[in-house]
Amino acid sequence: MSEKIIESMEAIPDPVSNLEGMDAELGLQTAIELGLTQGEYEHVCKIQGRTPTITELYIYSLMWSEHCSYKHSKLQLKKFSSEGEYVLQGPGENAGVISVGDGWAVAFKMESHNHPSAIEPFQGAATGVGGIIRDIFTMGARPIASMDSLRFGTLDKPRQRYLFDGAVGGVSSYGNCLGIPTVGGDVFFDEAYEGNCLIDVVGVGLLREEELTRAVGSGPGNHVVLIGSSTGRDGIGGASTLASQEFDEAAENKRPAVQVGDPLEEKLLIEVCLELLKAGKFVALGDLGAAGLTSSASEMASRGGVGIDIDVRKVIQREENMQPFEIMVSESQERMLAVVTPENLPDVAECCDRWGVAYAPIGKITDTGRFVVRDTDLPEDEQIVADMPAEKLAQDAPVYDPTMERPAYLDEVAAFDISALDLPESEEELQQAYMDMIASANICSRKWIWQQYDHQVQGNTVVLPGADAAVVRIGDTGRGEMTNRGIALTTDCNGLYCYLDPYVGAQGAIVEATRNLACVGAKPAAVTDCLNFGNPEKPEVFWTFSTAIDGLSDACKRFRIPVISGNVSFYNESFGNAIFPTPNIGMVGVIDDLDKIMTPSFKDAGDVIILLGETLDELGGSEFLRSRYGLATGKPPGGRSRARGRPRRHASRPHREQDDQVCPRLLRGRHRSRSHRERARGQHRLQRRSRRWTRRMRIAVRRDSEPCGDLRRRGVRRQHRRHGPGKGCAAVRHRNSWREPHRDRGQGQRRPRRGQGDLR
Amino acid sequence: MHFGVVSFPGSNCEQDAVHAIRYLGHDASFVWHQERDLSKFDAILLPGGFSYGDYLRCGAVARFSPVMEEVVREAEAGKPIIGICNGFQILTEAHLLPGALIRNVGLKFLCKTVALRLENSVCKWTDAPAGTVYHLPIAHNEGNYICDPDTLKALQDNGQIVLRYCEENGEVLPNSAPNGALDNIAGICNERGNVLGMMPHPERVCDGVAGNRDGVDFFNGIVRMLEGAVL
Repeated sequence: MSEKIIESMEAIPDPVSNLEGMDAELGLQTAIELGLTQGEYEHVCKIQGRTPTITELYIYSLMWSEHCSYKHSKLQLKKFSSEGEYVLQGPGENAGVISVGDGWAVAFKMESHNHPSAIEPFQGAATGVGGIIRDIFTMGARPIASMDSLRFGTLDKPRQRYLFDGAVGGVSSYGNCLGIPTVGGDVFFDEAYEGNCLIDVVGVGLLREEELTRAVGSGPGNHVVLIGSSTGRDGIGGASTLASQEFDEAAENKRPAVQVGDPLEEKLLIEVCLELLKAGKFVALGDLGAAGLTSSASEMASRGGVGIDIDVRKVIQREENMQPFEIMVSESQERMLAVVTPENLPDVAECCDRWGVAYAPIGKITDTGRFVVRDTDLPEDEQIVADMPAEKLAQDAPVYDPTMERPAYLDEVAAFDISALDLPESEEELQQAYMDMIASANICSRKWIWQQYDHQVQGNTVVLPGADAAVVRIGDTGRGEMTNRGIALTTDCNGLYCYLDPYVGAQGAIVEATRNLACVGAKPAAVTDCLNFGNPEKPEVFWTFSTAIDGLSDACKRFRIPVISGNVSFYNESFGNAIFPTPNIGMVGVIDDLDKIMTPSFKDAGDVIILLGETLDELGGSEFLRSRYGLATGKPPGGRSRARGRPRRHASRPHREQDDQVCPRLLRGRHRSRSHRERARGQHRLQRRSRRWTRRMRIAVRRDSEPCGDLRRRGVRRQHRRHGPGKGCAAVRHRNSWREPHRDRGQGQRRPRRGQGDLR
Repeated sequence: MHFGVVSFPGSNCEQDAVHAIRYLGHDASFVWHQERDLSKFDAILLPGGFSYGDYLRCGAVARFSPVMEEVVREAEAGKPIIGICNGFQILTEAHLLPGALIRNVGLKFLCKTVALRLENSVCKWTDAPAGTVYHLPIAHNEGNYICDPDTLKALQDNGQIVLRYCEENGEVLPNSAPNGALDNIAGICNERGNVLGMMPHPERVCDGVAGNRDGVDFFNGIVRMLEGAVL
């Protein structure tokens, strides 16, 4: 079958560009319906040297949608630093990649699927998982873990329960079927997310450094092969009609723009693509996500500086009478685009047949630099339906620098005075306040959620969900080498803090993530972000976006943690109300020796419990205010807002030497080798930091062990101490964690091994 | 001692099983579902996962894979066969084991570690004493075992019930099964004892990655039994 198609492809003549565009007025009207502005339409005409055809217009409208082009965020994202000791691949590819030692590398990325999920939660969440996983194995990495970060309205409303249940069900059904453990994530409920929930998924994959694959098309004459599901009308315009607009009454009508997932197909695609990548049968590989074939093919061509010629009739279609533009922009799931040399095509065909995966050579790489689409069902001289410069299409999207304005509500919330409240005083009142707080959906156990995710498949989950960070062993289970190395994974962001102060709140996300990683004994290595905001054309929203990015990038730079991948989701609004600014982050930490990790549960009666950091009068944005008074106000904890006057050098910046780093050092004993001067400096910073920056951490240590002395030398005030026999450093727990401690037996809890408690 | 671990399209625990078996010092190989010769293997493992997406009914499509004809033949010849999770579902669909597995009583996927009691059975897959309590992970949406009363009585009378969900102390209470399984059944075998189907995943807790090695018995037991038979 495949050979016949190849022959017919070769019969296709060279591209010609004597295309006639649409009528100018109709073109403009269509462009505006498709979400382009008049200025953008004129820019299209300029690039084309004529009015575009309908197919071209559809393609431009999608490629230049906010979702695909990052036109509002591009300038802001330049603030991030993507350089660091572990980085192999920074932003610009399907996922970022870091080295984790011994030639192993980890690819990861976080991506949102908010808009589809707000309409059809089950499929929205499921295809969200599918999309990010494709990004991972496109890089040549076997997916080894995922995490999901969910933001929903409060669950006392039936609609929210429906949405939340659907979303968890979608993640569970798709992720479990793929055999990828969902090892962590976080959840936050607030009315701000009622009309526009957030589903952000982190995908993590493992590869050997030398197996890193990039989606760069090359070699004129090579085949462009579409592998996977057939192409239908599902998800047409998902990126423009859904992801780049706000929700209103017509939201339900957008349901057809939500794709439907087929996890079996994706599982087979993973196996096919990894097998062929390993065998070196692909020149390039890219996944079909937003804007489908269009974005995948044009990005591949533009990165490689080549052209691409596609015949839409070669695409396997699941519906009849599909128009060329429908085929080009369809967002049908579970499809991959590969560039294959003619010699390797039979091998690709054999592998696909063996796994029962459909494939079709749909075109060729050319040296013209043009992105040509043809429809061979049409008469010979009318076959070309689109002819665009590939590089300009993918790279020349307009870039905006929207106006910003500091929202007025910030002063209001910052002026909040807690002393005006009727605070609980009696023992009963305090007890009630405590009970209300731990019963809150934002504090209580999340077991009912992660119990629905298979978090142990692949057999590498060392620390299960419920701890501060998940720990996954590095190893190619059943196929190759197993190691004693690991990575730690966490997602964090308190949207309420970011609402109250975008700068401090965003920094808080980074700082909390580093603490979570420190608590399991991992060294933070890199960050992926998923920036969820409202409509960027509103100056107040854009100000929060820009300020939150300042917060994230300043914090990352001070910790020297690079931002290596991510995604921006704008237009998270319903009926004109924006969500809390939610710059979600996923952070990966490196663990060189799995024997030296730590779990949060208390280990033995009699162990000393120590609280690191100082308790300040910081109740702004707290669950206490929310649960007892229904208030979402005050100054969030941790430093002073840069936005409120001059930034205080020490107050608003975290530092590498701060107390988040104490825990891994204690666990590894590395501090012993530091010079006296460095230690003195560290101690000074620590004192400063513990006063101003940290949420506190809890450590249980053996009474007579070295850490007690070490902490004293570092000026960490010991707040509580209980005497008794113990076993060294037994548990580290981040106070502010929303997750629950494990039962400490049989549950996959790692008991401290010999030597672990010794800390020397 | 060589285990054949069958891969169906959509299986996802086959690599875990191969790793566990090799970790325990035995041989294991992947067997593609279109294979028709299983004679070189001493035991066959049908792994967990979502064979064919479990789209029609769990295991209903996999049962028609070419390899299953051979699995049935080998089972009838007495070769040890173990089906874990989806493998158990396939074994019931293939009528190598009685009964069926329907959706969990809570209608949700369940992934957790549960306590299980080894019953006094004719099963040859483990030689540990009856009453041993294991902690094994489960991860399934359809693990709720059912069968008709006559079959249940036969299972009980013939010693075909291998594992029951239980409390921490080993006591089996009416509601010990997290998925609502009839008679708290987590694993059963055929009359001859060579075919075992179980919902929990012993292969996930063999190398102690998460501090638990309770799955070891299920692989070493059959090896000891077979090697004893050979000697």
